[in-house]
Amino acid sequence: MTVLDVPKGTIPLTHGRLPQWAPLLVGAVAIAFGGLLGVVAGGGLVAMSVVAVIVYVVALPLWSAAVENRRAAVDRFVTGLIWSAFAVACVPLVWLITMVIQNGASTINQQFLTFDMRNVIGDAQGGLYHALMGTLLITGAAALMSVPIGIFAAIYLVEYGKKNRLARVITFLVDVMTGIPSIVAGLFALALFVLIFGPAVRCGFGGSVALSLLMVPTVVRSAEEMLMLVPDDLREASYALGVPKWRTITKVVLPTALGGIVTGVVLAISRVIGETAPLLVVAGFTDSVNFDLFHGRMMTLPVFIFTQYASATPKGEAYAWGGALVLIAIVMLLNLIARVIGKIFAPKTGR
Amino acid sequence: MAKSIDVSDLDIYYGDFLAVQGVNMTIKARSVTAFIGPSGCGKSTFLRSLNRMHEVIPGARVEGKVVVDGQELYGANVDPVAVRRQIGMVFQRPNPFPTMSIYDNVLAGNRLNAKRMKRAVADEIVEKSLRGANLWNEVKDRLGKPGMGLSGGQQQRLCIARAIAVEPEVLLMDEPCSALDPISTSAIEDLIHELKTDYTIVIVTHNMQQAARVSDDTGFFNLKATGQPGHLVEFNSTQKMFANPDNDATEAYISGRFG
Amino acid sequence: MSATASQKVPRAVGDRIFSGAALAAGLFIMLALAGVFFFLALEGWPGLSAPELIYRPATDFWSYVGPLVFGTTLAAVLALVIALPFAIGIALFISHYAPRRLATPIGYVIDLLAAVPSVVYGLWGGKALSQAILPVQGWFYDHLGFLPFFKGPPSATGRTMLTAGVVLAIMILPIITAISREVFAQTPRLHQEAALALGATRWEMVRMTVFPYGRSGVVSAVMLGLGRALGETMAVAMVLSASPVVTLNLISTTNPATIASNIASSYKEATPDKQAVLIATGLVLFAFTFAVNFLARWVAGRGERRLNR
Repeated sequence: MTVLDVPKGTIPLTHGRLPQWAPLLVGAVAIAFGGLLGVVAGGGLVAMSVVAVIVYVVALPLWSAAVENRRAAVDRFVTGLIWSAFAVACVPLVWLITMVIQNGASTINQQFLTFDMRNVIGDAQGGLYHALMGTLLITGAAALMSVPIGIFAAIYLVEYGKKNRLARVITFLVDVMTGIPSIVAGLFALALFVLIFGPAVRCGFGGSVALSLLMVPTVVRSAEEMLMLVPDDLREASYALGVPKWRTITKVVLPTALGGIVTGVVLAISRVIGETAPLLVVAGFTDSVNFDLFHGRMMTLPVFIFTQYASATPKGEAYAWGGALVLIAIVMLLNLIARVIGKIFAPKTGR
Repeated sequence: MAKSIDVSDLDIYYGDFLAVQGVNMTIKARSVTAFIGPSGCGKSTFLRSLNRMHEVIPGARVEGKVVVDGQELYGANVDPVAVRRQIGMVFQRPNPFPTMSIYDNVLAGNRLNAKRMKRAVADEIVEKSLRGANLWNEVKDRLGKPGMGLSGGQQQRLCIARAIAVEPEVLLMDEPCSALDPISTSAIEDLIHELKTDYTIVIVTHNMQQAARVSDDTGFFNLKATGQPGHLVEFNSTQKMFANPDNDATEAYISGRFG
Repeated sequence: MSATASQKVPRAVGDRIFSGAALAAGLFIMLALAGVFFFLALEGWPGLSAPELIYRPATDFWSYVGPLVFGTTLAAVLALVIALPFAIGIALFISHYAPRRLATPIGYVIDLLAAVPSVVYGLWGGKALSQAILPVQGWFYDHLGFLPFFKGPPSATGRTMLTAGVVLAIMILPIITAISREVFAQTPRLHQEAALALGATRWEMVRMTVFPYGRSGVVSAVMLGLGRALGETMAVAMVLSASPVVTLNLISTTNPATIASNIASSYKEATPDKQAVLIATGLVLFAFTFAVNFLARWVAGRGERRLNR
C-alpha cells in the first residue's frame, strides 16, 4: 500500500497497541516455558535459559504483529535482540569470574603466597612467591623504561612537534604499534638478546624490554591526550613571566596533566602485567626465586599459571586457578587505583 | 487533507519541571499560524508537543488535550509513530540525510511504510513533492546527487519536500529560515504561501516581520516571570495582533520594548 | 644588559637539552618499530633454510608456516563472525537502547571483559568452556554435519577450533564495542530527529541515520579486532589441541594451530635451529598484523576526515 492509495479523510492515529506490561508478561511466559521444557526434556540451566530467551525474542514481536502492525513488530524484535546481546555478553564475564573465585579461593593460603616451587614434588605444598616477585620486578623495570620514553615522546608531539610532519608520522605509527601482538614483542626482545648474548639466553630484563615495547604506545597516547587538555593560557602565562619553555613544561604543564598521565600509566601496567607470551619466550620459567633481572630465568605470574595448567595434574590445575585469582585481583586493583587517581585529580586537568 | 488542531489546557513537563503552562488555542485548517515570543519562553517546546517530538527527551510528558480532527494525539492507544507520520516537521537547520541522494531523501518517509514501490510511482511522488517545494526545476537533472551538495536554501526546500512527500495533515516549522540568507528566506516564505492551500502550517519564528508577512494567525508566548513556566499570552489574527493587540505585554514585545 | 646576556646562555642550553630529549624519545619509538622488523628478520633468516628435519612433518619453511597462517586466519575470522553481531548489538544498546543512567556503568562492565588477562581466558576456555560446549558441538554435528565446518566426528574433550573461536570472540568483543559505541553516540542529533519526525520507529531511525554515519568507524573497529585476534597467543595455545593440518572442521580433534599458539607450545623444547624457525614465523605474523592495523587506522582517519568536512 503506497501513500497515494491511502484514502483521504480520517487516518486513524490509534491502532491496537500492546499494553505496557506486555513485555513483562511475555518474559514470564518465556521463563515458565523454558523451565517446563527443562523439567520435561531434561536440559541444564543453560538450555532452559536459551529456550526462554528465544521464546521471548520471537513471541513478543509475533503478538505485536497481530495486534499492532508489522513495523512495530520489527521494532520490538530488534529491541529484543539487542537486550539479549547484552545479556549474553554478561554471561562469560560472570561465569569466568565466578569460576576463578570458586576454584582459586581454596588454593590460596599463606604458604601459597610465600613459598616457591623449588623441590616441590608430589603433594607437597608449593607457592607462587617466586612468580609474584618476578612479575613485580619485571613489570617494574618495564615501567621504569617505558614511562620516561613515553612521556618525553608525548612532550615532543604536543609541545615541540605540534602538527608537523614528523609528529603526525610518529602519532600514526604509535597507533599502529598498539596492535603489535605480544608474542612478537617477546620474539623481538629474544632476537635482540640472542644477537648479543647467544641463543640460550634467558633473563628477566629481556621480558622487561618486551613489556615496555607493549607499554610505550599506551603511555604515549594517554600522555599526549592529557597534555593536549592543558589550556594554552597556562603556558602563555608562564612564558610571559620569562620562564623558559622547558621549565614551563616541567613546572606548569606536567603537574597539571599529572593525574591523567598517572592514570594512563597505571592502566598500561595493568594491561601488560597479565601478558604471558613474551615472558614465556624471553624470561623463561623456573621453580626458584630469582631476584636478579639480568641473569638467569625468572618466573612470572602469568607463566606460572600457564605451566601449572600445562602440567595437567589436579594439583597443577588447582594452582593455576589460585594463580589466576591472584593475577585478576592485582589487575582489578590496578584498574581501581587508576580510576580513583583519575577522579581525584580530574578538576586539576582543567576539563 | 489539512486539519485543524484544538489545544485545551495543555501543560508540558520535563520530569517535574513545568516548561509550558495552560495553552488553549484553535489552529485553523489550511492556514498559517505563527508563534512569536522571546527566547526560552516555550514556543519550540509547544510546537514539538504537537507532533510528540518532545518525547524524544526522556522524562517529557504532557497533561491536557491536543485534538486533531476529532482524534486526541495523547489518547490511550495512540502511537507516536503514527502521529509523526501525519504531522510533519521542518527543523531550524536543514538536515537532509547525508548518505542519501536527493531522490532518496525525498522518498525517505514513504519508504518506511512501503518498501517496494514501483519505480513509476516513486518517480511521481518525487516530482510532485519537489514541485510542491519549488525545487524541481533546480534539481531535476541531478536527482542522483547527494542531498548535501545543495546550498542552504535548497537543502531546506529539500527537507520541506521530504516532509510533504508523505502527505501530512499539518506541517510544523521550527524557525525554518533562521539559518538561511535573506534571498533563500524569501523563497521559503513564498513557498509557505503556496503550501497553505494544501496544508495546515504552524511556524515558530524569532523574526516578527516574518510572522507579519507570512501568517494568518499569531500566538504570542512569554514567560510569566523569570523562573516561571512559559504560557500563551495572546492568540489573534495577525492583522489584529500587529495593529491593535489585546494585551499590553504583546504590544510591548511587538514594538520592540523587550525581547 | 650584561645580566640578560649571561642569563640567555643557560636558558638556551636547558631548552636545547630538553627538546633534544623529547625529539630523541619520539625518534626512538620509530627506531624501535623498525628494530622489530630488523631483529626478527636477522634472527629469523636462518629459519628459512634450516635442515629439513626441523620442519617435520613439513619439508620446508613455507609448507611449515602455510597451515599456521591458515589456522591463524580461520581462528580470527571465526572469532569475528561470532563477535561482530554481539558487538554491534551491545554498542547500540549502550548508545541508544539502555536507560541513560545505566549507559556508563554498562560500558564499564563490557570494558571489564578487556581487563581479564589472556592466560586466564585460556585457563577458563580450556577447562570450563570446552566442557560446556560439548552438547553444542553435538548438536551441530547432528543437525549441520553436512557442512564442512561440522563434519566431525566431535571431539570428546571440546578442545577444538570452535571453542578457541568463542574464547577469541569474547576477547575481541570489548574493543569492537568500545569504538562502535563511540561512533554511534556521535551521530548528529539533527539527523536522528529528522528521521523520527518522518514517523520512523527507533529501529528505522537507527537504520537510516546511525548505521550510515558510523559505517567507517565500525569497519575500522572490526579491523582492529581482527588484528587482536590474529595475534592472540595464550588463549588459543591453552584451548586448542593442535596438529599441523589444514581443515575447516571446527569440532574435531585435529585442529590447525595458529602462528602464535604454535610458538608458545613449541618453544620449550626448541633447539636453536627450531628457535630460528619460530622467530621467522613470528616475522610473518608481525607483517600480517602490521598490515591489518595500518589499514584499520588509515580507514578510521579517512572516515574522520570525511565526516568533519
